[in-house]
Amino acid sequence: MPLIDLANPSRFLAFAERALPWLAALTAALLAIGLYLALFVAPDDYQQGATVKIMFLHVPFAWLSMMCWGLMSVAGLGTLVWRHPLADVTAKAAAPIGAAFTFLCLLTGSLWGRPMWGTYWVWDARLTSVLVLFLMYLGLLALWRAVDDPSRAARAAAILTIVGAINIPIIKFSVDWWNTLHQSASVLRLGGPAIDPTILRPLLVMALAMTLLFATLLVGAMRNEILRRRVRALRLMQARAA
Amino acid sequence: MSAFTAMLARDVRLATRAGGGALMGVLFFFIVVTLMPFALGPDLALLQRIGPAVLWLGALLANLLALDRLLAVDHEDGSLDLILNAPLPLELTLVAKAAAHWLTTGVPLVVAAPLLGLMLNLEPASTAAVALTLLAGTPALTCIGLIGAALLVALRRGGLLLPILILPLTVPVLIFGVSACNAAIVGPMPFGTPFTILCALTLVSLVVGPFAAAAALRHAME
Amino acid sequence: MRLSAYNLRCVRGGCQVFDNLRFALESGEALVVTGPNGAGKSSLLRLIGGLVRIDGGTLTLEGGDAERSIGEQAHYLGHLDALKPSLTARENLLFWVQFLGGGSLDTADALEQVGLAGLADLPAGYLSAGQRRRLSIARLLSVPRPIWLLDEPTAPLDAAARDDVAALMQAHLTGGGIVVVATHAPLGLVGARELRLGAARAIAA
Repeated sequence: MPLIDLANPSRFLAFAERALPWLAALTAALLAIGLYLALFVAPDDYQQGATVKIMFLHVPFAWLSMMCWGLMSVAGLGTLVWRHPLADVTAKAAAPIGAAFTFLCLLTGSLWGRPMWGTYWVWDARLTSVLVLFLMYLGLLALWRAVDDPSRAARAAAILTIVGAINIPIIKFSVDWWNTLHQSASVLRLGGPAIDPTILRPLLVMALAMTLLFATLLVGAMRNEILRRRVRALRLMQARAA
Repeated sequence: MSAFTAMLARDVRLATRAGGGALMGVLFFFIVVTLMPFALGPDLALLQRIGPAVLWLGALLANLLALDRLLAVDHEDGSLDLILNAPLPLELTLVAKAAAHWLTTGVPLVVAAPLLGLMLNLEPASTAAVALTLLAGTPALTCIGLIGAALLVALRRGGLLLPILILPLTVPVLIFGVSACNAAIVGPMPFGTPFTILCALTLVSLVVGPFAAAAALRHAME
Repeated sequence: MRLSAYNLRCVRGGCQVFDNLRFALESGEALVVTGPNGAGKSSLLRLIGGLVRIDGGTLTLEGGDAERSIGEQAHYLGHLDALKPSLTARENLLFWVQFLGGGSLDTADALEQVGLAGLADLPAGYLSAGQRRRLSIARLLSVPRPIWLLDEPTAPLDAAARDDVAALMQAHLTGGGIVVVATHAPLGLVGARELRLGAARAIAA
């Protein structure tokens, strides 16, 4: 099936019905493998002990929290440029999932921080950037909730998302500048990863599993949103017919 | 008089006439800064140390006050319909409105900052730094807020949503504004480094703000 | 000059307001739009004025200024009068003349024509609904634009003022303008055509 066919909401619903079980099964399988590798194969850190294993959740959540904003920005362009209804649906369905992943990133980071720093929260540069990102997600959710008319809300949310996407690197830069206490980025480093393969491999599997989890949740949420819009349209028709 | 100056002059006139909000912001600023010592205690050494941060936070919040009404009033009385069909590009109209907001809200904050700095026991040099950074930073706050104001008009919602949408986006301005003040007072880096970045942020928001706000208003049409 | 609509369609908030709407107006012609509440009279005027998106069909203006959109060549006078209560009548009018550009008529003359010459220096907030409406109409007189889109222009006016407004519209038509007016009340325009809109329908998304 060509990708363009999916742009039609009815086709997308049919696709979602067929794809969801497969996506869910694949996610469960990869999560099982990833968790097994992370918990039983990957070695404990010589300094941090078993607590380092929170990283296998924390890092994928952090990646996905940013990837989700990127996805919403692309969907936002789709809303503004092509006025495509499925782009609206994607952006709306992705926002709460992105917010949840960002929250989990903060939560795991804070649980990790307790044994590491002796406190649940430090104003470390990366945690703080993610916190600001979380606040932006909450603002976006508030915007979506504030308006009943979905297409009007979609266009406003698209503009806020794109402005946010321009702002995220600036915020990241400012917060880094403000506080550079945390260890520097180590996976996406020029000249290859610095992490040992025994840790990197489970991390990548977990990242893939979490991305699939994100995709499963997104497709499910999009299906619900399309159905919700049909209910809304039917109710409007009922009101007009009366 | 050109269309741009006509809009600028009208908004300044509206803000300064009875019922306008020109002095609301600076009054709010004054009250917020006055409340600080009640929370922190009258320790002048402490107030001196955190004074620039208090002034910046107060100015940031005060600047938000009148933003809520910046475009909403024109929407409510139908003026926005005429503005959308004017020969002047919407982006420039919004620049004129933002400039009027800055002149009636931002500039009074800059003028009031030295007086409040005196009450917080700031040195003359740090008072000057606060006033200078506010002068450079408040246009950025106005332009970022302009986006929020346009989104709220597009959604026909107001009030509390604006700070929720806008404040996270102002984090960089706050960071570099306060950093520049602290650099001027205690160092170690020269004042120029963060101050230049603050000016760059202002220039970026001067471009992004009116364009994003105009896009929000245009897309608000059904 | 010719304003023509072909198969216009308008959807607002998931409801189809109208579809397959056609009309053509030459210079000097008026279109009177009637119909029950919610039939889309206001939507049609806002659509011509570029304030509501066209969901289908075409709207063209031949013989106009190709550099400017139809909305920029049209005056839209809706239920809201776009007046600031703290500015005087003259200041309000002067602002729109300066902002919209191309004022040919002196503002004093325009205020004279709508019968507000004596109230020019009074803040608009003190004016009655009818006086405010007449002040809005002064804007149409002082900024020349060929198309007038009037949504219930005479609603807050008394009978005498209604006749005055109808006379101003007739004068605009005689000068080669186009008027599209949504109204419940008969205006007595010479040679006006009528467009009757039906009830809106909901459509499935």
